[in-house]
Formats: sequence, structure tokens, C-alpha cells
Amino acid sequence: MSWPATEDQLVTLGDKIVQASHGAITGAAYAFGDLTLTGPADKIVSALTLLRDTFGFQQLIDLTAVDYPDRPLRFDVVYHLLSLTQNVRLRLKVQTDEDTPVDTASGVYPNANWYEREAFDMYGVFFDGHDDLRRILTDYGFHGHPLRKDFPMSGYVELRYDDELKRVVYEPVKSVEYRNWDFLSPWEGADYVLPGDDKAEAK
Amino acid sequence: MADDASLTPVVPETPVRKFNINFGPQHPAAHGVLRLVLELDGEVVERVDPHIGLLHRGTEKLMEYRTYLQDIAYFDRLDYVAPMNQEHAFCLAIERLLGVEVPIRAQLIRVMYCEIGRVLNHLLNVTTQAMDVGALTPPLWGFEEREKLMVFYERACGARLHANYFRPGGVHQDLTESLIDDIGSWAKAFARPLKDIDNLITGNRIFKQRNVDIGVVSKEQALAWGFSGVMVRGSGIEWDLRRSQPYECYNDLEFDIPVGLNGDCYDRYLCRMQEMRESAKIIIQCVDRLKKTPGPVMTSDNKVAPPRRGEMKRSMEALIHHFKLYTEGFRTPEGEIYASVEAPKGEFGVYLVSNGTNKPYRCKIRAPGFAHLSAMDWMNRGHMLADVSAVLGSLDIVFGEVDR
Repeated sequence: MSWPATEDQLVTLGDKIVQASHGAITGAAYAFGDLTLTGPADKIVSALTLLRDTFGFQQLIDLTAVDYPDRPLRFDVVYHLLSLTQNVRLRLKVQTDEDTPVDTASGVYPNANWYEREAFDMYGVFFDGHDDLRRILTDYGFHGHPLRKDFPMSGYVELRYDDELKRVVYEPVKSVEYRNWDFLSPWEGADYVLPGDDKAEAK
Repeated sequence: MADDASLTPVVPETPVRKFNINFGPQHPAAHGVLRLVLELDGEVVERVDPHIGLLHRGTEKLMEYRTYLQDIAYFDRLDYVAPMNQEHAFCLAIERLLGVEVPIRAQLIRVMYCEIGRVLNHLLNVTTQAMDVGALTPPLWGFEEREKLMVFYERACGARLHANYFRPGGVHQDLTESLIDDIGSWAKAFARPLKDIDNLITGNRIFKQRNVDIGVVSKEQALAWGFSGVMVRGSGIEWDLRRSQPYECYNDLEFDIPVGLNGDCYDRYLCRMQEMRESAKIIIQCVDRLKKTPGPVMTSDNKVAPPRRGEMKRSMEALIHHFKLYTEGFRTPEGEIYASVEAPKGEFGVYLVSNGTNKPYRCKIRAPGFAHLSAMDWMNRGHMLADVSAVLGSLDIVFGEVDR
């Protein structure tokens, strides 16, 4: 395919994949020049196998999660695939929650191993069948999943070198709060009360 | 081997217990803060377990709390060997979300500085790989050239390393005529120092002994493990995003893609050397075209790009735009996007999820080094302990981007 692929080409490809997948991939959408496929989480391995073997997506470029805390299935697990032979990219998304594991993709794409460790570390998404689901980026003995939206940006603990104990000690965070100003225009949907706005109560 | 063994007198084999050693996190050949737990049978590596994350700064979390313009600075701190290449991917992602066109002069400046970044990166990697296998002179020679390139960074944006120069819609400010001339004359003269380094390393017997047939990656392995950049080209796959998925004005420029044959450390070294020559070619073409194309270096859309300072002093509207852009920032339409560039180390991608506000809802950084480092285990199995540093050197790892 020539680069960048046109909308028609990608939509046709998406339809073809949905038809060939026997329910492993249920939706295909085109936006901003990217093709996004969606499917049920329990059929992810057959979806990825189909995309690799039938449609020639040889590489798993990226695997990550996105957190939407308001949804019942709060996590999107996002797979980015690349076909070098057809010169086309696509994105595959499945949804899951904190307790339901997603089948591991490391049998299809071996490099998914580390990406899944990262998604587990950052979001607490479990991957079923993963041989080594350890934390990868955070500290040894770290608690929590830092990229979840309900995890504060400054974290819960901070560390410093204690001169008396002659070692590094962990303490609850007491340093200054990060500056986090809300610059969104108050005329366009900010939901906080402006200081001194007496009429806010009446509304 | 079997024939030789039958000639030597039989010595009863003493049972040897497996040996675990810790490589790093403070080891000069670890290229930063990498801890490798190596399981050795004698001197043969049986298993490698890389422990990463010692430089994890939570970039992706921090970015969710800052506006798009503030986030650009984080990209310099990922792969700090070639900072502008990273900014490029983020700017491309935002531009595609917003549908902003970049003026041609800005495209040329970006391409030129991305190629300077490639030379910066490859000079560091090639020469420190030589250092990892025992040669001390190449880094000294390579860093002399890097120093000149850093000065070009400084003259463009005021910072030697953390540039913060690319902006959505263009680059921050125009280059002076004298700077363009100096970059041109540097690129023309670069063949000579490169030849010196080439003479020093390429034919060197020790360098070859340490790198030829070490860390061989087959085409199938390179694809399965998500390799990109020199790691796939060294294995003989012609794949370069600048050619196959061109962005900016790479389509109008003339350059070749070097490809390796054997997929070993030595071929990857040769690819990098050749890529530097090709980058110098691109820089010369950009300089020629920059001299012929005056014009703006930033999109004229004032909802994305701030007005020039002089304009701001006179026009009320420009002042309002300036204030809004530097406090609230611009907003992106709701949606998600994946943009990638051919960074010196491989495919550097940004997956951006926007919820329509002035801050990214989620920004996942796809660092090439992460995929490469995850292959350390099988690449090193069966090699000697001394080969670990050679393999690691040819993977081209920088922990700023691996740990994020």
C-alpha cells in the first residue's frame, strides 16, 4: 500500500478483517488517518494470530493500557501492529477491568512479554498465561499502579538519605504539592466555583 | 572440535556450579543504569535478566498534568543523545490531530536537525561500542565532532542538549544565515573525521574479533521481537520510515538506506557508519534548499502558534493569543493517534489519546530501546561473558528512553 493509506483502503481492510475474524474482532473505525479495531478481550490471542498470519502484520509495535475510571470495564488494552510487507499500521483495542485477566500475547509476539509487564506495573492489568508478570519500571517493593488516574502525581512515598541510619529511608510525601493550575476557560465548562462567585450557589 | 577432543588426554570433569553475577547498575559498559543478572556456566552466559527502571521518572504521568507545550520539554529528556528527534514525533502527533500544515522552511530545518541528531547519536554509539571492546581513542575523536554539533544546537535554540526547539506547527525561531553556512561547511568537512574514525575501527583486528558473528539476529527474529531501525536493517531488511512511511520532506531528498548482510554486531556498526555519511548528504541538501527558500518557520494559525514578539507589542489580538497560548494552551480534538519517526535508534512512536482538553489524556511513548533490550536474554545465550558488553553496545541503549 502506498503511504499514507487512504481512508477507503483502510476501511476496506478493516471490513475484511472483521469478516474474516469469526467474532474475534467486532468493530473497525477510521479516524485521523489511523485504523482502529475493537474486539472482545477473551479472543485477543486468536485476533492477533489472525492478523499476523493471514493479514501479514509481522510486528507488535506497542502494547499499552489506558485508564477510564468511570467505565465499568475501566481499562483499554491497546495493541499497535505494523505490517512491513503491506506498509500499513493498525490499532487493536480490548476492554478489561482490574480483576479480569487478558490472555497474554507473548505466544504470538514474543516482545509482548515486556510490554505486558509494563502494563501490569503501570495499571495493574493482569495477563493470563504470562510466564513472568513482575514489575518492570517501578522500584523494588513498590506499591500501587502509578499511571491509574486515581494515583496522585506526586505518589504516596518519597525517599531521602538518612544520615543517622546511614541508608535511604522511605517516608510519606510531605514535599510541596506540584503546581497544577486549571487553565481551562471558565466560560467553557470548568466545573469548579470561582473564588468570590456569590451567584454560584443560586444556580 | 570433536576430533580435537579425542586427541587430547581425557581429564575427569570437575562439577562446576552455576555462577550468578550482577552486571551494573554502575558499570561503564552498561550505558547508563542497567542492572543485568547474569547466570553463567563457567564463562558462558546461560541466562540474562535485565532489571530496568532505575531511571524511571514517570514521564508519561507527568505529561498528563501539563499542557502540550510544556510536554515537549520532556521529550528532550528521553533519548538525551538525540533530543530533537523525539520532539519531532510528539509534534507530528499533535499536528496530525489538529490538521496543521508546517511551512516548507520549517520542514527543512526540522529534517536538518533530525539528521544532526542522527549523527550525534551514531557518533556516540559507534565510538563507545569501540570503547566497550577495549579501544579508548575513538570516543575522544567522536566527541570532538559531537561538540561542534552541540554548538549548532545551542546556536539554534540556546541549549546544547535540552533543545525544546520543535513546536507544533513548525520550529520556535528561524536560523540565521551564518548558522546555515556553518552547518553546511561542517557537513562538507565531516567526511574527513569520519574517515579517520573509519580507519581507526573498521579494519581493526581486535574490533572485528569482538564483533563479527556476535549477537546475530535473523530476519525472522528481528520481526518477531519488534525491532526497528538499525536493528532490522543490520539483519538485511530494507525498512526505514524515512523512505517507507515518509514524513516531512524526506520524499524530496536523496539518500540511501544501508542494509547489513549477517545481522551481527559488526554489520550494525557498518550500517551506522554509512548512515552518518547519508545524514551528511541530507544535511547538505537541506542547507542548499534553505538558502533558496525564505519564508515563515511556523504556521500562521494563531490558535496553535504564538505570535511573534514584535507583533505582540502592537496588536491587541496578538497579545490575547499570546496570553491564552501560554496559560491555557491550545486544545486538541477528541481522539487518538499514533505518530512515529525514524529516530537514530529505531522507530520512536507517540500514542496520544486526547479528550478534547489542553492536556493529553494519555501519552504512551514507544521507545525503540525498550523492545531491543527485551531481547537481551536470547541474544546473549551461549555467548561469553565478555560478549555481553559488545551486544549491549550494538543494541544502542539509552536509559532515558527505555525507563521513561
